[in-house]
Amino acid sequence: MKQALIGKKVGMTQVFKENGEIVPVTVIEAGPCVVLQKKTIEVDGYESVQLAYGDVKEKHVTKPVQGQYNKNGVPFRKIIKEFRLDDVATLETGQELKVDIFEAGDRVDISGKSKGKGFQGNIKRHGQARGPMSHGSKYHRRPGAMSASASPGEVPKGKNLPGQMGNKNVTTLNLEVVQVDAENNLLLVKGAVPGSRGSVVTIKTSVKA
Amino acid sequence: MNIEIIRKIDQDNMKTEKPKFDVGDTVRVHFKVVEGKRERIQIFEGVVLKKQNGGISETFTVRKISYGIGVERTFPIHSPKIEKVEVVRRGKVRRARLHYIRDRIGKATKVKERR
Repeated sequence: MKQALIGKKVGMTQVFKENGEIVPVTVIEAGPCVVLQKKTIEVDGYESVQLAYGDVKEKHVTKPVQGQYNKNGVPFRKIIKEFRLDDVATLETGQELKVDIFEAGDRVDISGKSKGKGFQGNIKRHGQARGPMSHGSKYHRRPGAMSASASPGEVPKGKNLPGQMGNKNVTTLNLEVVQVDAENNLLLVKGAVPGSRGSVVTIKTSVKA
Repeated sequence: MNIEIIRKIDQDNMKTEKPKFDVGDTVRVHFKVVEGKRERIQIFEGVVLKKQNGGISETFTVRKISYGIGVERTFPIHSPKIEKVEVVRRGKVRRARLHYIRDRIGKATKVKERR
């Protein structure tokens, strides 16, 4: 069954398994999320659910969004995200989803906004190798040939070139849930997760599970 | 606040009492080894070469000479596999990392005893 939550990345550490194995984990403060609105095939043409997460002051919620909260009788939250789950019918508007919908051993996909690296060259951005730095070489960190000459006579689309790196949505697939702390709303997943500490992440049941 | 959450998780995973020994000490590390289904304790005895990192990820390296070949093993201090660390002999050293021992042979590898 597909599950989803919104959370906040807390940071990384390591835990010991019972057999002494060290597991690197990312700690995520996941949920509690409120079901703000359900979308149905009759009304919207597709099924999905809108979850809301995080504390916010009333003055920071715009009036149109306030109207959406008031209509559904849900207190204001900071972030709204929509998820296409298969069991939308079983959820109620105003229902609280907590981290205990996941359990240790589950596989999850985690999305977030990656750390921004600014405008970067090909070596950092695409992992290309650099040219020789000496022996008369003037070709140090350049992006390489653009393409052949008169035929095709253009730079192919998608050619690796310098540009903005990071600060875009990234999903890490198939991470193992190591531990669930329902009391403190904490989720420990094995491995790294996109984004800086404190950034918003979404946790979904893995498409590979 | 974030750091406190992580500190709490680390505390749950850490041993309440860290084994007490210093760099230069000769120690016997009682290490649990699983053989098939049986679990037994293996002892690794040698000189503590260095301690690295801190908190949950703290490790220490022990060096011994096994059949004429130097063997170094690094253990995580908080690993549940380490049953105990016994201090056989306390060493008197003036370094935090005893890498110089690697270049020495025979009697020169000896660390002075602290009394």
